[in-house]
Amino acid sequence: MSKYLNFSLVALLVGLLLLATHSMAKVLPEERSDIMFHEYEGDGVTINGPSVLVRKNYMDSISINANYYVDNVTSASIDVLSYGSPYVEERTEQTVGVDLLRDKTIFSLSYTNSTESDYDAETYSVGFSHDFFGDLTTVSAKFGVGDDVVRATGQAAFEESLSRKNIQFSISQILTKKLIMGLNLESIDEDGYLSNPYRKSSILMASDFGVIDRQGTWEEENYPETRSSDAASLKLKYYLPYRAALRAEYRYYSDSWDIEGSNFELGYTHPIEALNVTLDVRYRIYQQSSAYFFVDFLDASNGEEVPTYHGRDKELAEYSTTTVGVGVKWEFLSSRWFVLDKASISLSYDHISFEYDNYRSANEVGYELGQEPLFEFDAGVTRVFLTALY
Amino acid sequence: MKCTLKLFVLLATILVTGCSITPWVKPYERGYLADPIMSFEPDAVSSNYMHHVYQAREGSRGAEGGGSGGGCGCN
Repeated sequence: MSKYLNFSLVALLVGLLLLATHSMAKVLPEERSDIMFHEYEGDGVTINGPSVLVRKNYMDSISINANYYVDNVTSASIDVLSYGSPYVEERTEQTVGVDLLRDKTIFSLSYTNSTESDYDAETYSVGFSHDFFGDLTTVSAKFGVGDDVVRATGQAAFEESLSRKNIQFSISQILTKKLIMGLNLESIDEDGYLSNPYRKSSILMASDFGVIDRQGTWEEENYPETRSSDAASLKLKYYLPYRAALRAEYRYYSDSWDIEGSNFELGYTHPIEALNVTLDVRYRIYQQSSAYFFVDFLDASNGEEVPTYHGRDKELAEYSTTTVGVGVKWEFLSSRWFVLDKASISLSYDHISFEYDNYRSANEVGYELGQEPLFEFDAGVTRVFLTALY
Repeated sequence: MKCTLKLFVLLATILVTGCSITPWVKPYERGYLADPIMSFEPDAVSSNYMHHVYQAREGSRGAEGGGSGGGCGCN
């Protein structure tokens, strides 16, 4: 069990102890509904669909939330172009959750179900959130378990399983009249089938006589059957001398596959009160090292031993991403009307650049095997959503 | 396990005794912090989606502050 998982279990115990010794007032999350259209487009992949999130409170002590989310996927990614066929599929996800307020503590339960033609996932979680020190500190912990079923289109007999456990521990801390901090720790343990039944490794075997391009090198991937990861993030948000906010976030990640990643984000939020508009700009950089079994191309034609574990998923490569994003929210209803307290419409766009350091464009021709240009691509992420508070 | 127990006792002591700390930012001094622009994640529907995008396209996952589940539509 990872060190953060241990630490978070301790925090969970401490939290439960304190629930019995302190009781003051806390409030439920605000009642609201959001209807969003989202779209991701990059590397020949378009994923879009709706997301509807509704939260309703009852008797000042119970809050129920539900989310319906759809991904419509059209894919002709570099992997698909290298050794597969473009495809279309749909993923739907439903989440229901309930928050129970008792004095200064919120207990939370949630259930998520995700369904694709070749992948089903179920996740259950339980957690609590409690305010301390005159409401300067909020401590939260959450524990989740999940079971996935992996299938493969066109292979009726193929069915594998995967189980997941994750634990999160969070502290939100008021530091000064204008500065708040958020600290998050999360450990995730996975056990089961972690490969992708469609993705291939590129290995030139001794039997591949006469092969001069990648088409003759594709072999079934083989991943380890366990993965444990720890992540820690620190967020700060500061209210500037005029009405605007600056935020910074850093996260560090490491796992048992030797991937180490980190990201840093800066953001600025600026309301224009005369127009009831709020602007947001952000800049994010991310980098990671590759998994110990990642191989873009392996020449084993002279009889070298092929490692037990090998894979060519580009999310396991060494690479970096840079994101620049802008958002605008227009609050077109700012005073009570009928059952609504407020209503707004928001538009956000993020441009993400991916640059790989050891993953190559395998579908490029005219290059020596394993010497193709390094892969890179740009993606755009769009969100448009309508929010109603009541 | 012995180390875990010590950590538990230490944290419990700090938090239990800490509850008597006088808040250094009084409730009536939290006007700036109560402004909606000071929320870390003002729109869960939007931030959850961005966490999902990054989880599906990057090797790192976790500690985003939001929820996470299985399935990514990224095979």
